[in-house]
Amino acid sequence: MSDEAESVGAGATLDVEPVGAEAILSDRAARGKSLHMAIFAGLAVLLLIAPFLMYPFFLMKLLCFALFASAFNLLLGYGGLLSFGHAAYFGMASYVSAHAAKVWGLSPELAILAGMVTAAGLGLLFGALAIRRQGIYFAMVTLAFAQMIYFFALQAPFTGGEDGIQGVPRGHLFGIIDLSNAMTFYYVVAVVFLLGILLIYRIIHSPFGQVLKAIRDNEPRAISLGYRADHYKLAVFVLSATLSGLAGGMKAIVVQLASLTDVYWAMSGEVVLMTLLGGMGTIFGPMVGAAIIITMQNYLASLGAWVTVAQGVVFVVAVLMFREGIVGVVSKWLKKPL
Amino acid sequence: MADDIILSASGLTKEFKGFIAVDGVDLRVRRGSIHALIGPNGAGKTTCFNLLTKFLTPTRGTITYNGRDITQRKPADIARLGLIRSFQISAVFPHMSVLENVRIALQRERNDSFAFWRSQSTLDSLNGRAHDLVQAVGLIEFIDSLAGELSYGRKRALEIATTLALDPELMLLDEPMAGMAADDVDRITQLIRRVSKNRTVLMVEHNLSVVSTLSDVITVLARGKVLAEGDYATVSKDPRVLEAYIGAHP
Repeated sequence: MSDEAESVGAGATLDVEPVGAEAILSDRAARGKSLHMAIFAGLAVLLLIAPFLMYPFFLMKLLCFALFASAFNLLLGYGGLLSFGHAAYFGMASYVSAHAAKVWGLSPELAILAGMVTAAGLGLLFGALAIRRQGIYFAMVTLAFAQMIYFFALQAPFTGGEDGIQGVPRGHLFGIIDLSNAMTFYYVVAVVFLLGILLIYRIIHSPFGQVLKAIRDNEPRAISLGYRADHYKLAVFVLSATLSGLAGGMKAIVVQLASLTDVYWAMSGEVVLMTLLGGMGTIFGPMVGAAIIITMQNYLASLGAWVTVAQGVVFVVAVLMFREGIVGVVSKWLKKPL
Repeated sequence: MADDIILSASGLTKEFKGFIAVDGVDLRVRRGSIHALIGPNGAGKTTCFNLLTKFLTPTRGTITYNGRDITQRKPADIARLGLIRSFQISAVFPHMSVLENVRIALQRERNDSFAFWRSQSTLDSLNGRAHDLVQAVGLIEFIDSLAGELSYGRKRALEIATTLALDPELMLLDEPMAGMAADDVDRITQLIRRVSKNRTVLMVEHNLSVVSTLSDVITVLARGKVLAEGDYATVSKDPRVLEAYIGAHP
């Protein structure tokens, strides 16, 4: 009927030629991907030269938090789930890795692996219970579980209570590579970081990532198409917890300390802050956010308690000026996902 | 005759805290037909619809699909049996492209949707089929646009393309014409007629002219109960239907 009339504006007829649409699409996707690959290459170069410009120890700590924030963003930005208890996975992995390296005498890679397995187990248990609730209730349930972990860490004998586990040995990677050399250790951390980020990138751009995005966008519709949304939510929860565990375990070996700070709720808040500041739902945002927060903590340390105030001011300004986060705003300017 | 019925409900009842929204509805949807569920506001159409698609759990009654009792099944599971619904508020994935929206439906049968380690370029093999479906609903120009940026009518068309991607045996459309401009109504009407070949359609619809042109069978609901059933000519002359709609006493 009005099909013909509409077709000029809407292309509503059914025999319209493809207009090279497939070519356009693959072209756009390819351009997006090549931009990302260029940024990853730039990042690799930056990681390569950074220890000559800055203190390697500081950089290693920064990379651990950047990985933590990126792992958290996988859940928040791509799974649409706001966990307010990610310190549990980061912190508990930190304790287990520290204990494994110090008491069991495991080599660093096995110690970190033990931390990751712990975080994955916790993620599976807490995630399975938390995903039964939505929105703010989900956040509260994850916070409650994280607080349980905090009190466990405070009371359990192996965590050292208020003292934490100090003097964690760095040891030899695979029993061969001596990590007491700061530069060697830095490059090991940089490689693990880059692989972690690339894995997150792959998860986002996988068949699984597609379904995840669909569920985040419109959960009832995804269910009506036959996807069991809860299974996907749990899977991304466990992945995020495991990668947070990788960051936490590595951090314990880097700073040679696992302490209550790592499992405290303020840590859960900090990772939310990093992610929102850098840009939630962007690939590179969380690491930018982590870099800003960790740099502030490091260089403003002389301000003492005022660091928190400075962080608060930065956060308020960020929320007022660019709600999508720093990378989110840049991404909007460029009209390209970053 | 019995296996001619694809979906049936018997004694379907839903109570919300003392209010009975659907009250002992019996419904039989014949295979291959376009079946419409109509009724005045508050008649329980949408509740009934949500019961049939398992988005609500019935208080009483049973639902049978292809001879199988699905009363206790979960929504994602009945979708896997070939019973796919649409939503009153257009249901697209706004931050995904038109092609990706359709492809997400095609992706399910590949059974690799948990493969987080695999590149999504493996999904490119579905692009051809997705492309054809997008073309079939007249959205080819927008294949690369984000679904959230489409006009209302086009979102509905995209939703139908996504539903069709699953090749459903039974399509349940919840007010496909709601809030649509006249041009779009014509386009979607033709689309529904075209896609209803080789499958069954059950729809809830307010637009009576659409119902009259499209449907083979009409069930009229009022106050949670079935008031009348039959083709348009029969139903439209039924005095009880007239009364329910316009309050007239013939």
